[in-house]
Order: sequence, then structure tokens, then C-alpha cells
Amino acid sequence: MKASSTPRAAVVAALLALMTVPLWVGNSYYVDVASQILLFAVFALALNVLAGYAGLVSLGHAGLFAISGYTAALMLQAGFPHATAAAGAVLATLVTSAVFAVLALRATGIGFLMITLALGQTLWGIAYRWVNLTNGDNGVNIAARPAPFGISLAGAPSFYYATLVVFLLALAAMAAFDRSPFGASLRGTRDQARRMTALGYNVWLIRFLAFLFSGFWCSVAGLLYLYNKQFISPQVSALQASAEVLLMVISGGTATLLGPVAGAAIVVIMKYVVSAYVVRWNLVLGVIFVAIISFMPEGLVPGSVRIWGFARRRFFALPRRRGTVREGAQPQARCGPTGPLAGSAPQPPDQVWGGEGKDSRKPSPGAPP
Amino acid sequence: MTALTVTGLTKSFGGLRVTNGVDLAVEPGERRLIIGPNGAGKTTLFNLITGELASDAGKIVLFGQDITRAPCRRRAHLGLARTYQIITLFPRDTILRNVVLALLGLSGLRWNPVVDLARQRHLTVRAREALALVGLDRVADRPLTETSYGERRRVEIAMAMVQNPKVLLLDEPFAGLSIDERRDVRQLLAAIPPDVTIVMIEHNMDVALDFADRITLLHFGEVIVEGTRAEVVADPRTREVYLGE
Amino acid sequence: MTLWLTLAVNSIAFGGLLFLLSAGFSLIFGLMRIPNLMHGSFFMLGAYFGVTLMLPAVGANFWIAALASGLAMALIGGAIERFLLRRLAGKELAQVLLTLGLSFIVSDLCLMIWTGDPWQPASPAELRGVVRAGGMIFPLYRLAVVAIAIVVAAALWVMVDWTRLGAMIRAGVDDAPMARVVGIRVSRLFTLVFALGAALAAFAGVVGAPILSVYPGLDSDMLPLALIVVILGGTGSLLGALVGSFVIGFLYNFGQAQFPDLAYVILFLPMLLVLVLRPQGLFGKGAS
Repeated sequence: MKASSTPRAAVVAALLALMTVPLWVGNSYYVDVASQILLFAVFALALNVLAGYAGLVSLGHAGLFAISGYTAALMLQAGFPHATAAAGAVLATLVTSAVFAVLALRATGIGFLMITLALGQTLWGIAYRWVNLTNGDNGVNIAARPAPFGISLAGAPSFYYATLVVFLLALAAMAAFDRSPFGASLRGTRDQARRMTALGYNVWLIRFLAFLFSGFWCSVAGLLYLYNKQFISPQVSALQASAEVLLMVISGGTATLLGPVAGAAIVVIMKYVVSAYVVRWNLVLGVIFVAIISFMPEGLVPGSVRIWGFARRRFFALPRRRGTVREGAQPQARCGPTGPLAGSAPQPPDQVWGGEGKDSRKPSPGAPP
Repeated sequence: MTALTVTGLTKSFGGLRVTNGVDLAVEPGERRLIIGPNGAGKTTLFNLITGELASDAGKIVLFGQDITRAPCRRRAHLGLARTYQIITLFPRDTILRNVVLALLGLSGLRWNPVVDLARQRHLTVRAREALALVGLDRVADRPLTETSYGERRRVEIAMAMVQNPKVLLLDEPFAGLSIDERRDVRQLLAAIPPDVTIVMIEHNMDVALDFADRITLLHFGEVIVEGTRAEVVADPRTREVYLGE
Repeated sequence: MTLWLTLAVNSIAFGGLLFLLSAGFSLIFGLMRIPNLMHGSFFMLGAYFGVTLMLPAVGANFWIAALASGLAMALIGGAIERFLLRRLAGKELAQVLLTLGLSFIVSDLCLMIWTGDPWQPASPAELRGVVRAGGMIFPLYRLAVVAIAIVVAAALWVMVDWTRLGAMIRAGVDDAPMARVVGIRVSRLFTLVFALGAALAAFAGVVGAPILSVYPGLDSDMLPLALIVVILGGTGSLLGALVGSFVIGFLYNFGQAQFPDLAYVILFLPMLLVLVLRPQGLFGKGAS
């Protein structure tokens, strides 16, 4: 879903709709929900850089989100002005991202995921257990939202507009990234890492920079979250939080520009609706995961379309649309479902922790037995 | 100065010596054919030369520059390009995008996160030229999933050629092709500028004999015979290990 | 001095528990390449099963409760492998998300059934005493935990290194497709190993309950520990799991005593070192 292929009218309509949200929503509670959708969309876009474009699924991203929020909150508590606190938060997140990247990029695939999970839990451990610093489970409060250029963001509508501006910036950056040579390089490392190396690309450095890019937008989202809630607690760094944002990316469709945005809207709204009726959001989250994986491995949006089509054929006996698979498409290059859940290339056992460095110099399939 | 010199190159997997002290000296502009039965260590030799595998011992020199320790990506920038026996293209992209990626790999532009890649005319024009050479310019915008095996082989060659290599390594470019397609590829290879040094692996000797200036016969990771076509064909050791007589 | 010795005994006991937990995790990950993010849930659910069986209303003996809980979890684990995970063979990310989703479900269900209060069963009556040696006192139960871990480690070692089943498991770890070719029914082996891993985790949960107690969040406390142990020791290596468990056991207890704020961070340091210096783990197979 590239911006260039989306009709201009649709973009204008969407922009208009987004800009007028506080007018037609009215109730400031729902305006606040809209703000949260946008800030989580920024978070999901950030994770999508890795999980989608780079094919590196991280389960530690909530840690990066949290480190940004905590850094800013603690700096504000210590009396720093908002601008300094924000800069400090971004810097701290970038440094943490760099450390995460150096460690996690020792592996790809499932190894990467496990390492990011462990690293994310470390940050959770700090937030939860280092009570002297983080106030533990009680979290950290901040006195007021920032007032950029003298504009107060205390009200729900003004905060919404500020979030919208940041969201549109993030979206624009992602759109540019999506079409850019660097974006193409990153996708190349996802599809054929070894070939990319042979073509002269520095695969490790590309992934590392992508991690920093992702970390930067995580820090922005973390700041927005802190300003929105004026409070941060270890919960935002928990594994559940990482899983939630991953669900946003997956449900909307990975490696697309607007998928994570749709996913953020779906998950945030679902969370609000569910929380209104049952206490057990984690249970629902778990059931959604299991259901998606069991019934819609290609993602929530494409999956719903498929199941709807199946139901129509099955129960309304409509003619099946003809497939458009061409002859001559060889099974050589596996192109099947490219969703996040499609099987990754089988790796030899000892490659799970092996990174792209010297460990990837494995005998090629053409190597002698 | 030779284009590519390999001295005493050795590689073992576990206890198995796959490449055992291989020496190779290829002159600039030469067409060298490497033959040998399955498991002779031909592809491994290529992987060692390109740096996709690290050698245990030995030395690799490219136009006078020792590249034994240079990382794989660096060797590409020094003018080494290759094709793969097992096709490794980018399955989600179009033919054109595949070739553009090959071009981009050597361009400083690859780090740019802002500009629109599709609008980098100098890249697309050169990629289309390369595709025209292999006769694929008319289907350049076709997704790779909708291409035939023979077309993919030609994409492989276009990707290697577009990098303007000084030394081109071709790993069984005829594998799995029909007779017509083989003829096309053979014409294609004949059209490669004479200053490009080519080393080609071929499993099937008959396919490519007329291509080569010199032939190297590899068997169990060692060079058994090396010489002109006539010399190698006439050599009794060739018959013994390869022609199966 | 006494403090340090007590700490050391506690560390070894905790290391033993960690081994029971992570041996299965390591085998599951090593053999099947299934990143089983439910492993902490197996531990917690097993512990809850155990304490429930020990309630006066049921009245099971501690050891019977531990074994029964392990058996129950073997059935549950085997069923999860057979009916849910098997369909996702080769799709690692899908397996991660499925097990993650199931772990969320389990944690919320446990919260609903066993409430938010911690449960701490008494250790078995015959092991409640202390051992006095050289003027020092050791709690008997913790020594027993160490003994159990050693016995299980030995049994696993014998099983993996000396039996036909172990040979098949090793073949599967080394090269699953090849194992299939030579006629090993890898899929049945998978179910078996998964069930065994689940059973060990549940057993560890019950055995650990008198020390750690059972509480909501125990699953997400234990899972990262199992993860670190395996990253440290190398996947699929029992020796690695054993050494890793004791290293983490010591760090956890000494860290908690010396730097309570940073205990959790200290735990991750050896993992970071190993990742930088030896990504395949201490006892993992080197990248040849």
C-alpha cells in the first residue's frame, strides 16, 4: 500500500478526517483514545522497520519505549526543562538501541527474537526492581505536559493535534524510507542476506542503522506516551507490551506503510472495548494471538478478507474467482505468503545464534557433501 | 599481472578437506573453465574466492591486491562479481528491481534513506541496458514470481554484468536450461567485453568446452590437470576422473 | 562466613531448580527449534497443580503431588505440541506467537483460579530439618533439591548419551531431515521431548514452590531465566544447561544479597558477555 498508488483524493479525505477528529468526536475521552491510537501507531511504525522491512522480529521493543519515557520522566522530576528531558530521552534510547542492536544482531531469526526478549526483560527488571531509581511498581509522575512554542497541550484536543503532527512526520519519514534506496537495501537483507553481501552491501551495518532508526521512533512514541499519561510505570516495559505492539504490526500487515497504523487502531480500540466489559485483557490478547495464528496466518486484515471470501463461497455459493497464477513460475524462489508468519527459511541448527558475521560463512547448498 | 591468483587455497568442513591447496592463475581477459565431477569442490572454490566462506589457508590476489582477508562485500567493490548455481534472487521484487539492487550495492546512494529509488534514472537506465543485453528489457517490470527458470538465469547474469566486474565468476550458468536457452546464454557470454576476465564452472564438459581458453580440472578439492582444451581433453587423468572411461 | 555458605547452598539449590526448568527448554529448542515461550507457564501451572493437590481437601503427599503435576503437564504439553505446534512446523515466528499467546491465557486463567495471593506449600515433613556439619547449619530441603537436580541431570545424561531414544534425539538435534531419512520418526520424538520438557518444568515448579512460592508473574520471572541459561550454555546442550543454571543460580542469589536493586541486571551480564564473545553459547557447537 504505497502512498504513491493511493488515490490522491483518499489521502486528502483521510487527512481531513484526522484533522477534524476533535470536532466530530466531541467527548474528550474519545479524543484521548484517538491520541493514543496515533502514538501507538508511531510505535508500531517503528517496530515495523525491524519486524517488517528487516525481517527481524523484536520482542524487546517495549524496553526501548519505556527507557525513553522513564528518562524523560526522571529528568523532569530532577528539574530539567522539557526540551532537555526530551533530548535526553531520545539520546538514551538511541544509545540503548545501539547496545541492543550490537547484541541481538549476533543472530538473526529466532535467535534475534530471543535475545531482544531477554534484553527487554532486563529493562523491565530495572524499571520494576531498581526502586531507588524508578520508584518500582508505583511508577513516576510528571507535573505537566510540555508546551512547545508556548502552546499548552493540557487539553485533549490540543494534545491530539500535537500527536497528529508527530504522527504525520513519522508517517512521512516512513514513506520516504519505504521508497528509498536504503529501504530497498534493508528489504534486500531480509530476503537474501548472503546475496546482498556478495553484491557489496554491508548487511550488518544496514541492520544496525535500521535498528537505530526504529529506536528513534520508539523514543518519540515513548515520549508521547509519557506526555499523554503524565505517568509511567514498569507495565509499559513488560513482555505483554512488546507483544501488543507486535500484534499491531502483524494484524495490520508487515512491511506495508499503513498496515501498522491500521493495526494500532484495531488493537487500541479493541483494548478499550474489551476493558469496558472484562477485566482480563491479557486473556483476550492471548486468544487473539492463538486465533490469528491458527486461522489467519497471513495477518488479521488479509486473513479476514480470505475468511469472508471463503464464507461467501461456502454459504452463498458464489462463483470462485479465478486464480491468476502464471505458468512457468518455478518453485525455486519461494514467494508464497510473505506475511510475517510465513515460514522463514529453514536454518541449519547451529545457525540459530550465529550472526551475519563470520558465522554465516556456512557451506553453501552447492558445497560438496 | 594476473587478474586472479589463488595459491594453496585450503578449506575443510569438519574433517573433510573440500579444497586442498588449490593453485589458480587467471590472466586478464582470459576465459577459464573449471570442470570436475559433483563434489569436486568447484562451488566451494568460488565461495572462497568471493569471501562467502573463509579459507583455512592460502592466498587470494585480485589484480595484485591481496584480498585474502578482505570481507566479502569489499571484494564486490574491488571488481569481483558472481552468479549462483542455485538461483538466489529477490523473490518479492520485479526483474528490474533485482538488477537495480545489484547496481545499488556499489553505489554510495545505497545509504540514502530519503530519495525515491524509482526516480534514480541513472540506475534504472543502466539496469534496463543490462537487461536489454540479456534480452529481458521487455519484461523488466514483471515480478520475479512470474518468470521462468531460464529468465531467472539471465537475470543472474544481468545482475553480475551490471556491476561492471573485472573478474566474473559464473557458477554453472547452463544448469537446468533447455537446448534453446543454452544457445541464448552461450551467445550472451560470447558478447561479454573481452577485457572482463571470466571463470566459469561447468559440470557438463560438453556444454562449455568451446568457451574456454584454458581448463582446470578439479577432483576431490585438488587441481588434477590444467592446460588448453586440447591438452586437458587428451590427458589420461581427465579420462580417468571425469570422462569415466 | 556462615552467611556466604548459606548463600552458596541457596544458590546451588536455585541452580538445581533452574536446571530442571531449562533442561527441557534447551532440548525443545535444540531438537525442535521451537522457541517455547510457554516454558515459564509450564513451571507456574505445574506449581499451582502441585499446591492444589497438596490442599487438605485432596491431601496428596508432596512427592505424589509433584509427580502427578509433572504427569499432567506432560499430557498438556504433548497435546499442545501434537495439535497446535505441529501444524506450524518450520514457522518459527508463528510458534513464538502461539506459545506467547498461550502463556498470556495461562497467566490470566491462573490469576482467575488461584487468585493474586501467593501460595507457599510446606516442604515435605521428612525434609524439614537441618543438617549440622562443622558448626554450620544447612536446610535439609535445599540439599534435597540439589540432589534431585543431580539425579535428574544424571538420568537425562544417561538417557541422551546411552539409550536408543537418546541416540535418536541426538540425531534429531544434529540433523532433523537426515534423522527422518534414516527412519527416525522425528514427529513422535518431538511430542515426546516436548512432553518431557513440560513435565520437568512442572515438577520443578512443585519442587520449587516451598522455596519460591507460587504467585502471578512467576511464569514471566522464570522464562527469562531459562532463556539466559540456554543462551549461556548453548542450545541443545545438557551440560551447558547444567553449568548455565548454576552460574545463574549463584549470580541471582549473590546479586540479590549484595545489590538488591540491580540483581536482575547482574543476571543478564554473563549472557551479554557470552553473546559478544561466543554467540553459540559456552557449550554450543561451534560454527564450523
